[in-house]
Amino acid sequence: MDIATFAIQLLNAVQYGLVLFLVASGLTLVFGILGVINLAHGAFYMLGAYFAWWFTLATGNLFIGIVAAFVVSFLLGLLLESLFIKRLYGRDHLSQVLLSFGLILVLDKLRQIVFGRDVYSVPLPEWLSGSIQLTDLQSYPHYRVALIGFCLLVAAAIFFVINRTRIGMIVRAGAENRDMTRALGIPFDRVNRLVFAVGIALAALAGAVIAPVSTVFPGMGDSMLILSFVVVVLGGVGSVPGAAIGALLIGLIDTFGKVFLPEFAGVLIYLLMALVLLWRPTGIMGKREI
Amino acid sequence: MTNDKSVSKFAISRRGLLAASAAGATGLALGFPSPALSQGAPLKVGLMLPSSGTFAKLGQFIDNGFSLYVEQKGGMLGGRPVEFIRLDDESKPETATDNMNRLVGRDKVDFVVGTVHSGVAMAMVKVARDTGVPLIIPNAGADEATGPLCAPNIFRTSFSNWQVSEPMGKVMHYVGHRNVVSITWRYAAGIQMAKGFAEGFTKAGGTVVEELTLPFPEVEFQAMITRIAQLKPDAVFAFFAGGGAVKFVTDYAAAGLQGKIPLYGTGFLTDGTLPAQGAAAEGIRTTLHYADDLNNPANVAFLEAFKKKTGQVGDIYAVQGFDAAALLDVGLTATKGDSAARDAMFAVMGSAKLDSPRGPLAFSAAHNPIQDIYLREVRQGKNTLVSVASKGVADPARGCKMT
Repeated sequence: MDIATFAIQLLNAVQYGLVLFLVASGLTLVFGILGVINLAHGAFYMLGAYFAWWFTLATGNLFIGIVAAFVVSFLLGLLLESLFIKRLYGRDHLSQVLLSFGLILVLDKLRQIVFGRDVYSVPLPEWLSGSIQLTDLQSYPHYRVALIGFCLLVAAAIFFVINRTRIGMIVRAGAENRDMTRALGIPFDRVNRLVFAVGIALAALAGAVIAPVSTVFPGMGDSMLILSFVVVVLGGVGSVPGAAIGALLIGLIDTFGKVFLPEFAGVLIYLLMALVLLWRPTGIMGKREI
Repeated sequence: MTNDKSVSKFAISRRGLLAASAAGATGLALGFPSPALSQGAPLKVGLMLPSSGTFAKLGQFIDNGFSLYVEQKGGMLGGRPVEFIRLDDESKPETATDNMNRLVGRDKVDFVVGTVHSGVAMAMVKVARDTGVPLIIPNAGADEATGPLCAPNIFRTSFSNWQVSEPMGKVMHYVGHRNVVSITWRYAAGIQMAKGFAEGFTKAGGTVVEELTLPFPEVEFQAMITRIAQLKPDAVFAFFAGGGAVKFVTDYAAAGLQGKIPLYGTGFLTDGTLPAQGAAAEGIRTTLHYADDLNNPANVAFLEAFKKKTGQVGDIYAVQGFDAAALLDVGLTATKGDSAARDAMFAVMGSAKLDSPRGPLAFSAAHNPIQDIYLREVRQGKNTLVSVASKGVADPARGCKMT
C-alpha cells in the first residue's frame, strides 16, 4: 500500500470513527450518568436522518435541516425524559431494557406513519458537492472533509462543556458517584433531563449529518446501536474521552480490516473488544473498581 | 401440444369473451357478485409481494403489470374472472413460510405470484413444493429456484442471477478489459451474481483480480472504493440494488473514479435508481433482460398501456408481472379455465412462447426464462440499449432433476 492510499484509508477511518463518536458520546453520557440502558439510542440516530431529510426537503437548505433535526430531537428528549425515563432511575436493568425496547417499536411505527417506508437521499448544496483531487485517480468529497471538521468541532464543544463549565462539573460528579452528588444537594433532576435530551440529540445529529452521504432508510439505526454499545464498553461506561478513543479504534480496525482481512471484517471489532476487556475489564478509560 | 395450437386456442377464447368481459367489468363496477355474470367461480390469485420496505416500489410495479394484463383480458384469465388476494411479504424471509401457508391453507388460492426478495422466494418455493400449489416468481433471481429446487409447479418470468451476470463477463472481455475487480454484498444474490460474472469473464480469458464483498445491507463503501483505486483494475463489476446502488454509484463518482475506471454491473445497479443517482450514473454499462427503449411493438404497446393505467413509466418489474399473468393465461386457456387440471396446464406453460415486451420469451426444462440479455448504457438518465449481449440465454439449471 503506497503512502497516498494509506493516507486516504486513514482519512476514511477517522471520518467513520468521528461519526461513531457522535453517536456513542450520547449513549455513554446517558448510560454513565443516568445509569439507564437506552436501547432506543439507534432509533434516534435513524430519526435524526429522517428529520434532516424532511426539513431539508421542506426548506431547501441542508443546514436548516440538520439544525432542525437536532432541536426537534432535543425537545423530544426533554419530553420523553419527563414522561418515561425519569421513572427508570435506580430501577433494575430489565425494566430499562423493556421500556427502551418498547420505545424502539413505537418510534419505528411513528416513523412509518409520518415519513413512510421508502429509502431517501438528501441532496448536497452546490458548494459542498465537489471533491478534492488527491492522486491522479482519486479525489475526496468536500462534504466528507466538512464532516470531519464538523465532528471535531462538536467533540471539542462536548469536551469544553464537560471539563470547563459548572454543568460539566456536575455531570462528571454524577458519573463518578451518583448518590454522593445527590446527597450534596446538587439539582440532579434537572441535570438528568438535560443529559438525556442532549444524549439523544447527539445521536440524531450524527444521523442528520451522515444523511447526505448515506441513504436514509428504515433500520439504519440498528447496526449503529450495536456499534455504539461496543464503543461505550470499549472506552469505559460514562467516559467521553473513552468513547472518543473507542470510536477511533473501531473506525481504524473496521476500515483496515475490510482492506486486509475482508473475510474477518465483521468479527475484528468484537475480537478487539474481547481483548481490551480481558486487559481492562471496565474499558480503556473506565473507573477502577475499588 | 404444440405452441401454435395454444396460441390459436387462446385467440378464439379471447374473441368469445369480448362481450362477456364488458359485462363483467360493468358488474364489478356496480358491485354485483361476479359469479352471477361469469362462467363459474372466480380464480383466486394470491399476490404475495412487498408493499412496504426497500422493495415496496418494485412490488407495486409487478402488481400493476399483472393487473394490467388481467384488465386487458376483461378481468379474466383463461376465460375465468380473477379475484386477487394481496399480501404484503415485507421482504422478510422469517415470516415468509407463514404468509405462504396462509394463502394456500386459509385463503385456498389457485395460484401464487411472488416475490421480489430471494430469501422470501426460497421459503415460498419450499411451501410450493410441499403443497403443489402453482407458483410464478415474477422477480427473485435465486439460482436454486430453477436449479436444485426446481419443480413442475414452479415457474419464473424474470431471470436467474447467473443468467444476467454471466453474459457481462463475455462483454467486458470483448471490449478489452483483462483485470477486473468485482464488488457486492455478501448474501445469496450478490454471491451468485459475482460468481456468474467471474465464470463468463475467466472462461473468456480475463482475470478477476479481487472479489470485494461487504455484509448485507451495509453501505459504508469508502474503504472498498479506496481499495479499488489502489488496485487500479481495468474495470469494476458491481452488484447492488435499491438504496445501496444509489449510494455506491454516487460514492464511486465522488471518489473521482467515474470515467477513469469504468463501472459495469447487472441492470439492478441503475434500474429504478437513476433519478436519485443523477449524473453519477452516466456511462455505466449493465446487462439485463430489458432496456427502457426496446423498440419492438409489444414493448411500445405495453409502455403506452401502462402509462395510461398508472401514469408512470413502465419498467422491467412491471414487464415481469405482466408476463406472469400472460403465462398463467396461456396455461388456463389450454385447460378452458380448469385450474385443477394442473399437469396439462404446466405442460402448456412449459412450452409457451410469449411475445413479451422484453422480446421473445420461452422457458427452459427447469421453467426459467430463455431470453435475450441486452447490454445497456446510462445516457441522459436512461438505460439505453447498446446491443444484444447474448441471444437466447438459458440458465444451466445446475442440480435440477427435471432437465
